[in-house]
Amino acid sequence: MIPPPFTYAAPTSLEEALALLQQHGPMAKILAGGHSLLPMMKLRLLEPEVLIDLRRVPGLADIREENGYLHLGAMVREVELEEHPLIRAKYPLLYETTRWIADPQVRNMGTVGGNLAHGDPGNDHPATMMAYDAQLVVVGPRGERVIPAREFFLDFYTTALEPDEILTAIRIPTPPPRSGGAYEKLERKVGDYATAAVAVQLSLAEDGTLSYVGIGLTNVAHVPLFAARSCAHLQGQRPTPERIDEAAQMASEDCNPRSDLRGSAEYKRAMVRELTRRAFRRALERAQGGQ
Amino acid sequence: MAKQTVTVTLTVNGETHTAEVEPRLLLVHFLREHLNLTGTHIGCDTTHCGACTVLMNGRAVKSCTVLTVQADGATIKTIEGMAENGKMHPLQEGFHVEHGLQCGYCTPGMIMRAAELLAKNPDPTEDEIRWGISGNLCRCTGYVNIVKAIQYAARKLREQAAAGS
Ligand SMILES: Cc1cc2nc3c(=O)[nH]c(=O)nc-3n(C[C@H](O)[C@H](O)[C@H](O)COP(=O)(O)OP(=O)(O)OC[C@H]3O[C@@H](n4cnc5c(N)ncnc54)[C@H](O)[C@@H]3O)c2cc1C
Ligand code: FES
Ligand code: FES
Repeated sequence: MIPPPFTYAAPTSLEEALALLQQHGPMAKILAGGHSLLPMMKLRLLEPEVLIDLRRVPGLADIREENGYLHLGAMVREVELEEHPLIRAKYPLLYETTRWIADPQVRNMGTVGGNLAHGDPGNDHPATMMAYDAQLVVVGPRGERVIPAREFFLDFYTTALEPDEILTAIRIPTPPPRSGGAYEKLERKVGDYATAAVAVQLSLAEDGTLSYVGIGLTNVAHVPLFAARSCAHLQGQRPTPERIDEAAQMASEDCNPRSDLRGSAEYKRAMVRELTRRAFRRALERAQGGQ
Repeated sequence: MAKQTVTVTLTVNGETHTAEVEPRLLLVHFLREHLNLTGTHIGCDTTHCGACTVLMNGRAVKSCTVLTVQADGATIKTIEGMAENGKMHPLQEGFHVEHGLQCGYCTPGMIMRAAELLAKNPDPTEDEIRWGISGNLCRCTGYVNIVKAIQYAARKLREQAAAGS
């Protein structure tokens, strides 16, 4: 399978990339790792006329902590997250999410920015970024704006990104002490998209109550979901097994899966309940210092 | 639309090639059809099987899902670049000795992915090997001998490193 013809550009600055996007309008697409875009082009699901490759644009591949955030450049590849000691030590939810994306070769190419900008409800980073309450930094002809991950995913393959904008970075709040996170993904085989997956990030106050809870759900609706009711049910409370069960039940009620080859809607709801419990328990253990 | 061509320069198995290519030309087609390096196979064409795996700047990639223009300036290594001076690479030797193949279709991709794995992790556990080749499908062997072949190569490469050769 060969993609349909297109014109290719590899600009060397962000300004140049933005100018090209403006010049060509909605028929132009940004090319990051190409591991969602090229498969779709081969299948003629997408036929952009122009591809604007970001690989030569400097400053988009940093991983660093600053001002209370983990800053990830949009062009950071999955493999770089997987191998970065800081991610493994301090951001276990992000580390686990990356590890369960696709396979090693795909992770060598796929970028965290592309994973989010694609707006695919089956992608794993969106739920995780919602759980962290991450911010997406977007640049366009009208300047820079910062969009909360929880407001970024609007519809099936549709995000808050305008066609003339570029996602440049993701900011994840650095978790305070007594925090933990975990990603639980059910897949048919290694490399598959999730049948269902749940991201949990939490923090404990001195008195053992939950000072922060973020829960995101993957591939159980037409968009990645933030489990708002479950989070509100846990926020400020003690994480007793009953309360965790109730919150997990709410997540399974609030998602909206479709029956498909990966399972029936009923099965997926049941899995959301169980995966929420498991992810929460592991996140809690980490917050309590067990790692 | 007027057909655009782009000038690319790639170093493949130590040799530098400059070519005019259409932007949509996939790396695997460049290797197989422009350079006649047919050791890199196309199994699925949908980024699933890993038969087309090559090293791009040392990283294993599925060349059916990389544009040649994305590889402009890159160093590529294919299965043809593994043997040195007519001597098989320890991975090739391992697949031979341990019967790590039957039809051989998946083998070039397996070997290229394993090469990256061993470069990063010279002494992998069986679990790490299995996880490491999870992007490569084999419909013949059942993987047991592939794992053994990679363990054989890991051992041999460590011995060579220890001997300082
Ligand atoms: C076999 C296979 C299995 C996979 N399994 C999984 C999985 O289990 N979980 C998972 O999460 N993903 C999976 N993926 C998807 C993979 O992780 C992709 O790499 C990822 O979704 C997209 O990242 P990319 O860098 O390749 O983006 P691209 O394919 O280059 O781009 C994707 C889309 O985002 C846009 N875009 C990219 N970057 C930007 C930017 N900075 N600003 C604005 N727009 C941008 C592009 O225009 C395009 O529309 C799989 C892919 C394959 C081929
Ligand atoms: S041919 Fe490229 S992954 Fe199968
Ligand atoms: S040996 Fe036949 S596919 Fe692996």
